[in-house]
Amino acid sequence: MNEDLRIIWRNFFNWVMGNGARPENEEIIPEAPPDLPFTQKQESRNSRFHELTLRERYSHWLEIHGLHLFSNVYSGMSVLICVVIVLLLLVTVAELPKFGSENNPANNEVMERYINSGGEETGAKNIVSGMILDYRAFDTFGESALLFTAAVSVLMLLAVSRRDSKNSPERLHKFSQDDSILRGVALLSIPVIVLLGCVVILNGHLKPGGGFSGGAILSAALIFAANAYGFGSVHKFFSERKFVIMISSALMIYALLNAWSFFTGANDFEAYISKGAIGNIFSAGLILPLNICLSLIVAGILYGFYALFSEEEI
Amino acid sequence: MSVNIFAYNIPFISIFLMMLAAIITPILPNRKRIPEKLSCAVVFVNVILSAYLIYVLTNSGGSLTFNFAMGNFPAPWGNELRAGPLEAILSFAFCVSMLLSLMGNSDSTAEDIPEKRRVIFCVLVNLLTASLLALTYTNDIFTAYVFIEINTIAACAIVAVKESPESIRAALRYMIMSSVGSGLLLIAICLLYDLTGHLSMQNMNLVIKNLIANREYIMPLTVALALATIGLAIKSALYPFASWLPDAHGNSTNVSSAILSGLVLKGHIFLLIKIFVRVFGLEAIHDLRMDNIIFALGIIAMIMGSVNALSQVNVKRMIAWSSVAQVGYIFLGIGLNTNAGIAAACLHIIVHATVKPMLYAAVSGLSSAAGHSKSLHALMGTFYVNRWAGLGLIAGAFSMMGIPAFAGFASKLSLMLASFDSPVMIFSLAALVTSSVLNALYYVPAVIVVLTHDKTKPKVHMNVSMIYKISMGIFIALTIYLGLFCVTLLRLLTRGVIVLG
Repeated sequence: MNEDLRIIWRNFFNWVMGNGARPENEEIIPEAPPDLPFTQKQESRNSRFHELTLRERYSHWLEIHGLHLFSNVYSGMSVLICVVIVLLLLVTVAELPKFGSENNPANNEVMERYINSGGEETGAKNIVSGMILDYRAFDTFGESALLFTAAVSVLMLLAVSRRDSKNSPERLHKFSQDDSILRGVALLSIPVIVLLGCVVILNGHLKPGGGFSGGAILSAALIFAANAYGFGSVHKFFSERKFVIMISSALMIYALLNAWSFFTGANDFEAYISKGAIGNIFSAGLILPLNICLSLIVAGILYGFYALFSEEEI
Repeated sequence: MSVNIFAYNIPFISIFLMMLAAIITPILPNRKRIPEKLSCAVVFVNVILSAYLIYVLTNSGGSLTFNFAMGNFPAPWGNELRAGPLEAILSFAFCVSMLLSLMGNSDSTAEDIPEKRRVIFCVLVNLLTASLLALTYTNDIFTAYVFIEINTIAACAIVAVKESPESIRAALRYMIMSSVGSGLLLIAICLLYDLTGHLSMQNMNLVIKNLIANREYIMPLTVALALATIGLAIKSALYPFASWLPDAHGNSTNVSSAILSGLVLKGHIFLLIKIFVRVFGLEAIHDLRMDNIIFALGIIAMIMGSVNALSQVNVKRMIAWSSVAQVGYIFLGIGLNTNAGIAAACLHIIVHATVKPMLYAAVSGLSSAAGHSKSLHALMGTFYVNRWAGLGLIAGAFSMMGIPAFAGFASKLSLMLASFDSPVMIFSLAALVTSSVLNALYYVPAVIVVLTHDKTKPKVHMNVSMIYKISMGIFIALTIYLGLFCVTLLRLLTRGVIVLG
């Protein structure tokens, strides 16, 4: 019994460590002939299999099957994890308080004050504008700073690094070919688009709209102009330096206005900002100037992204 | 209001100063390293402001905290900042660490980053500091999310600022992992808003206490807590989610590595502490069983971070894996789920925010003495070329191992003391000891290599700039100060944690 155990142990030990006693009727695995196709060549082993240690066998096996197995396991696991998370979230959402019901926790004093005295306290007819630019102005300031962060990061990665290769003759603008239809339409519609953008921005505190949407409309006009007349003509009045200066100064004014209202509000100081009559264009205190600054930031950054990603310059 | 009006405005002033500095930097003339000087100056002003805030808060006698309404509307309607001893001390530590990282690595920054990019790099550093301060002071969970987004983009961009393929790849990987983290956190915030109807932390806390007392909505609460924890754990590189960290920290320029591991990880961890203590409350965390999970993950991170660091030959990657282990210590403290444990975790945050930037600055000095090679063998004998960097490495290594009189000893000791009350004491003690031994296994060889004379190399002379010597001196002094005189600090932190809840 003891002897048997020892033999089993020795065989096991040899199997793990390699260099084992040769089994009976040993079959030497032939080396693969050199002209086998690629897939079969990988199967070849150039030393006797039983002489390999477990680790070598493992790495051998990994070399042949590793990548395949990895990609299978990887995709399997990602599908599994996604399914589990999706199911978990669905079950969770099913347990949440009912949307729109009277007992919903969101139906509390916060919402009540926003709806009932929002117009009075912020001076804005558009409650959403009043909320994002007055009640929770710090969040919106964070959002515009976030846009600024993204813009300078993209500017650094795309524009600044390619500056040296810019002057090579191949980098001529692709958009300079003459397209009279596009130019005609652009001539007619760009003023309308700009006008619409201005209306949306200036009425941000009265009607649906505001700095974010108005800025997006203005940037559409700029992108249209760049496509119709070529980036060169947009560059004449909107160069990279002007881009940076415009965004920075708009954000600077925005930040200073915000800082003034936060400072006076928190310390109970006189802010010298009149709310005006609800419904007038000059009303709602700081919301109108904030909307204008916000629209300049958004327009500049959206156009900047377009120009950087298509042309690698502004 | 028990504090004077200037101190009352300090949280607001520090955030807006950093923001304005970031916004004005691109317009400034790019000569004579003006942007970098501006960044350093503004961070220095913030150091003084937060030091003053600590002084006022500890001597005010009355209430130790105050809320600052951002605008005309108080908490549930408008955004709010909140300052207490914990926030003041952490923002002080973050600003000091940021200032010293910028100063100590300024030589390698000048070498690694082309001049035109350096302006934008300064913008990003300012934005990053502003977002860290906002994360520290905010009392509103959605504001925290907005500033986490700024933090994420700026952090990824300062990894990619060095123009090498590895750093771009690392930045992409970091971006993907970090976005997953932000996404999970956002889902958690949405769920919590749905359950509580508030975004302000103390109002959420009131509703959640009620829900838990009535055993209502336990499952969605658990899911929200788990998602927030996992999201922030990914962003702060807790072990199983830390695969992005060695690439991002090992391949970026030295100042980015120092900022990322010293500050960015810590900002997210502090937000997690706020969610645990301020939004849920420690009893709720215990009820929902999150403390045990955090504790176990912390222990695994402590061991696995060090085990992975053992096999590195690149010094920066070794230090990066060591960050994973150190994050494990912090999560161990949070997982103890007591005020003392969280205070010890905060102390470790401060210790690591001091020691890790010092190690990166030391490695940058040593590797420039060794001809910009980052491999451990190339550093042989570099102590004798750049002694300040060598001293920094030795002090950092001693601190990481937990040699008495160095900073790491203080935080490890307080973690041990905090775990004496806990039922899992034996695990935490065993993990602390094992991890310290593992730390020694890779830091001692590094110190020995640096101290060994290399007779084959010709003697090199290197001019060490004054600013490097100054920042290294402050780093070493801070390490020893934290190691010797941490009792007052720990007491303050404990009080801060108590009033945070």
